[in-house]
Amino acid sequence: MGDKPVTGDKPVTSEDHWRITVDATRCIGSGICAGTAPRHFALDGSVSVPLSGDPDEAALDAAESCPVEAIEVRDQSGRVLAPSL
Amino acid sequence: MAVTDDTVLARDYPFSPPHRLDVDELYARLRAEQPVIRVQLPYGERAWLATRYADVRTVLGDPRFSRAASIGRDVPRTNPYQPELGILAMDEPEHGRLRRLATKAFTARRIEALRPRTEQIAAELLDAMAATGQPADLVEHFATPLPIRVICDLLGVPASDQDKFHVWSEAVVSTTSLTPERISEYIGNLHAYIGALLADRRREPASDLLTAMAQARDADPDGPSEDELVAFSAGLLAAGHETTVTQIPNFLYALLTNPGAMERLRGDPALIPSAVEELLRWVPLGAASTFARYALEDVELSGVTVRAGEPVVGSLTSANRDERVFADPDTLDLARHPNPHIGFGHGVHHCAGAQLARMELQVALGALIRRFPGLRLGAGEDELVWKSGMLVRGLTSMPVAW
Ligand code: HEM
Ligand code: SF4
Repeated sequence: MGDKPVTGDKPVTSEDHWRITVDATRCIGSGICAGTAPRHFALDGSVSVPLSGDPDEAALDAAESCPVEAIEVRDQSGRVLAPSL
Repeated sequence: MAVTDDTVLARDYPFSPPHRLDVDELYARLRAEQPVIRVQLPYGERAWLATRYADVRTVLGDPRFSRAASIGRDVPRTNPYQPELGILAMDEPEHGRLRRLATKAFTARRIEALRPRTEQIAAELLDAMAATGQPADLVEHFATPLPIRVICDLLGVPASDQDKFHVWSEAVVSTTSLTPERISEYIGNLHAYIGALLADRRREPASDLLTAMAQARDADPDGPSEDELVAFSAGLLAAGHETTVTQIPNFLYALLTNPGAMERLRGDPALIPSAVEELLRWVPLGAASTFARYALEDVELSGVTVRAGEPVVGSLTSANRDERVFADPDTLDLARHPNPHIGFGHGVHHCAGAQLARMELQVALGALIRRFPGLRLGAGEDELVWKSGMLVRGLTSMPVAW
């Protein structure tokens, strides 16, 4: 999975930001992501929305845990960091 | 309104013994008038009960509520002894580390790949049931063997051993139908059995979930312990057994006793996926409520302050009937849309087997209406025997005719 992502509250510059998307047509509102990575996801009604692109392992864990693979985490270059296939 | 005084009377909960699939009318009154109340379950300390959809979702999904904090407490519960709940008694990040050993196997995509095989098993079972003559017991001939074969295939557990572990896994969902000694004996047997299978797979890897989980655990020395893996695998086997097994007859019962429902589904089988979601909402599977969550700090729920350290149980049944979210909540509407029910729970503990159960339930209903267009109850409603002393409501047998 490449370099270890930055965790905790170290300041991150915008170049480090990940691009996190939730496919709203797939999301079933399970709330697993919001529970796994509360800084990165919240539920808006019954659909999850990404809140932050701060690089953090918790966001990768959330993408790996989504039962319908609705979450995608990419780095600045567009490389998919999670979910793995 | 915001009473947290311990001298305040707690209502006994569940409010009434489970009766068929009836929902106690008190839930609707509480949602309207007193959405968070003090309750006393048959065992354990006093708890708060949340009945509104929004509050139940908060209790299940908000990290300020913890399952791990229940360890060492006299947990509000329906059974005399305190079971070890494994994954269901963990918080993040330990919970996620354990659960992710299996996430991949349960994604919608992987589960979809199991559909053709599941359809084939369903067709075989129904042919065999037809051959036994009518009335036939749907529980014995179809609802029980179908999910068991599927979960055994997926995990890599020999279906030929099922007589053994079927008995043991009942211990996982038993409340008062087994003695505490029996329950720990059975759970011990189940764990020893699974532990031996995991050891086999390490020696001789196969393309099944037990192998994948053993390898994933061995690759991560900081991850879950072997005991946690064993308990989790046993939990999957047991859950894969008792839940869907119970819901297939419950769903059929609901379809046959709600006027017009069965005809509607037969007339339009494309409704099956939405019918399954609606049945997951409408059928009050749990005889009581979810496992208690403990507040880690003071949290306000509908005007009531839950103090740090206090337990809350959320009623999925009540949340799924909340008129704030569902129009005509007591009506079974097979085409309901949208349907954000929480029949599989919510938050990090959202049912790990949800996609599998959905697929199985869709296959089961589809196969039943295709094979037996005239399917009906083979006994009077009053002759049906419902389980008692279990966490879930369900029929012990279900005679059907066609
Ligand atoms: C119709 C069938 C099913 C229903 C209605 C159902 C319902 C639920 C509910 C409500 C929860 C959450 C409990 C809580 O948070 O207090 C849950 C958790 C769980 N279910 Fe299911 N379930 C079903 C089938 C299955 C199947 C087939 C499996 C396994 C293959 C399974 C495995 C699990 C596991 C492992 C958990 C714990 C998840 C965790 O703690 O992260 N379930 N289920
Ligand atoms: S885990 Fe997946 S399905 Fe669940 S809320 Fe998040 S994005 Fe939606």
